[in-house]
Amino acid sequence: MRDFVNKNGEDVTMTKTNLTAVIAATAMLAGGAAVAQTLVPSPTLDAIRARGNLECGVHVGVPGFSFPNDKGEWSGLDVDYCRALAAAVLGDAGKVKFTPTTVQQRWPVLQSGQVDLLSRNTTITFSRNATLGVNFQGINFYEGQTFIVRKASKATAAKDLDGASVCVAAGSTEEKNAADWFRERNLKVTITNFQKNDDAIAAYDAGRCDAYTAGVGALAGQRAKLKTPDDHIIMAEPISNDPQGPVTRYGDERWQAVVRWVLNGMIAAENLGVTSKNVDDMRANSKNAEVRRLLGAEGNFGQMLGLSNDWMYNAIKAVGNYGESFDRTVGKDSSLKLERGQNALWTKGGLLFTPPFQ
Amino acid sequence: MLRRLFYDARIRDLFWQVAISASLVGLTVFFVRNASQNMVNAGIASGFDFLWRSAGIDVPFTLTGYKSSDNIWALFWAGVTNTLFVSLISMLLATLLGFVIGLARLSSHWLLSAIAGAYVEFVRNIPLLFFVLFWYFGVIAALPQPRDSLNLFSAIFLNNRGLTVPAATSGAPFQWALAAILFAFAAQWLVSRWAARRKAETGADTPVLAIGLVLCALVPIAALVWAARSTGWDMPQAGRFNLRGGFVIIPEFVALLAALVTYTAGFVAEIVRGGIGAVARGQREAAASLGLKPGQILRFVVIPQAMRVMIPPMTSQYLNVLKNSSFGAAIAYPDVVSLFMGSALNDTGQAIEIIAMTLAVYLFFGLIVSALMNWYNARIALVTR
Repeated sequence: MRDFVNKNGEDVTMTKTNLTAVIAATAMLAGGAAVAQTLVPSPTLDAIRARGNLECGVHVGVPGFSFPNDKGEWSGLDVDYCRALAAAVLGDAGKVKFTPTTVQQRWPVLQSGQVDLLSRNTTITFSRNATLGVNFQGINFYEGQTFIVRKASKATAAKDLDGASVCVAAGSTEEKNAADWFRERNLKVTITNFQKNDDAIAAYDAGRCDAYTAGVGALAGQRAKLKTPDDHIIMAEPISNDPQGPVTRYGDERWQAVVRWVLNGMIAAENLGVTSKNVDDMRANSKNAEVRRLLGAEGNFGQMLGLSNDWMYNAIKAVGNYGESFDRTVGKDSSLKLERGQNALWTKGGLLFTPPFQ
Repeated sequence: MLRRLFYDARIRDLFWQVAISASLVGLTVFFVRNASQNMVNAGIASGFDFLWRSAGIDVPFTLTGYKSSDNIWALFWAGVTNTLFVSLISMLLATLLGFVIGLARLSSHWLLSAIAGAYVEFVRNIPLLFFVLFWYFGVIAALPQPRDSLNLFSAIFLNNRGLTVPAATSGAPFQWALAAILFAFAAQWLVSRWAARRKAETGADTPVLAIGLVLCALVPIAALVWAARSTGWDMPQAGRFNLRGGFVIIPEFVALLAALVTYTAGFVAEIVRGGIGAVARGQREAAASLGLKPGQILRFVVIPQAMRVMIPPMTSQYLNVLKNSSFGAAIAYPDVVSLFMGSALNDTGQAIEIIAMTLAVYLFFGLIVSALMNWYNARIALVTR
């Protein structure tokens, strides 16, 4: 340790690390003056730009959320979000590589850095956030767990399932939810745990179980995989709240902010009335300051995150706002025909809420 | 001095052994520390504390009395016992079936031998996963829905949810019965030894068969009847969806067992054929010329010698059964892979600890199987005097 007296005559004690920090800070200030703003390094964003595409971990196949068609083209609500993110980061919604992950594979794939984020029907829970090294970046679907049963069984609510066998995917939140729910009510239910959702559905369809359990939205899509979908009904009343949204690993806060704000931007766009059809007009003519900031007509919001200022313009132009994506993939224009329900904007009786673009 | 040490073969060997062991230990320590440091940096929990967390996972088939409110350690044991249970029964049945097929293949009856040969070729050239899935969907599809269960005396029911048998409400009488049966078997073994010695010394016959009937048949039956009558019974009854009560042997168990047995039996049959083929032809001819009947030749001359050839490859087959039981995870049989490496791993995310523990389970029980088989091999090995 050495003692210094600075220009103003004040005594300063500096350690070696202190000195390095000062030098670094000075260098940053000097550099910052040149480019107006210096950003925290984001290795994930750098890697995405270097490789030219976004790596997005999706579900192996839930119609409406992430499902490949016979040409291998992915579609769904979770897939749309990845496309919007790619448009915001790279300016091209097509530059996404989808990595299908099972319930079992999703965490290692994210933790090891094989994908940049997960966007795949994954429920936000405390212990996942605390022990798996992952952060949840908002909610893109309010899901609730329910059951699909054969119409012939005449069961209409979960409490009717006393004595039944239930097929479930091992390691899912549904597996534990169901065990807890039936135990709490002292109902005797046999839960058979399969390694993959599709195995569980196949076993249910083969008559191994009286019910298969998953989220309301996921079931609406998975029902199509049954031999005779019309012989089955999905129980209306959910037994749990399972909010789902994009997941990132710990670290690289700037990337986490990008993931969070692209989702917020899609929801904000719906609230502000910005759609894929009117986005050009809105950017040119809107007098609403928030719309102008969102679309990059005013301010430099994109640059603050290290993106181009037309980041959300690109995302909405390519994919649309949250409502458009919902209607197309799981809502009224899709084969699933889910109601908006909890997934409507807060102004319309739902739970979707976005912080302001200010 | 140093020069002498360097040229001393014993010291040099010791040096290299110590050096290699130390670097292996060092490398392991490095990897473990590196992994745990990286996990801390990534915010992933590590350590074994998760074992005491409550599991919250239902297991449809358990021999340990596990409940979903127990901790993950109990879930682990439920999985381990299920793995051992299906493995042991598979080993036993595969040996029996394999012996029969192996002998059939050697039979002079053309059709029998051709069928056995075809079976072996079929089994050896098809992946095990196919067997497992084939049996699983085969079993489920073949059995009736719970409403139309096949039943025996309205006590034992068979449907696509499994085989439901009455369950004893208390296990203690059965433990006493088991002790009595084991005692009777031990007594029979002593009696037969004593009778053989008596025959050798005095030439007097002892009614070993009659004593054996009493000890090995009457005693077990009496013990089981007594046990069955001194406990209450939880009888299966028709419920809204399924049968209620009783003990359910799940179809996943039946399918996995059938797959492991039919698959492994093909390999065992070849080992049996090879073992018997290795017994010199002169041995049979000599036995035949002594006037032994074909059955006696097989029992007293051929099989004892064939066993020496068969035991080492049989050890590998038993180890394969133990390892192949992990295919149960593909059809939701709650073995250690499915419960611990599937559900618990996903729940806790502690991949390194859980996979290491699962590896240790297979290694530990694999080594026990090897040790037992090596002991047996040494016992029956040709003793040269």
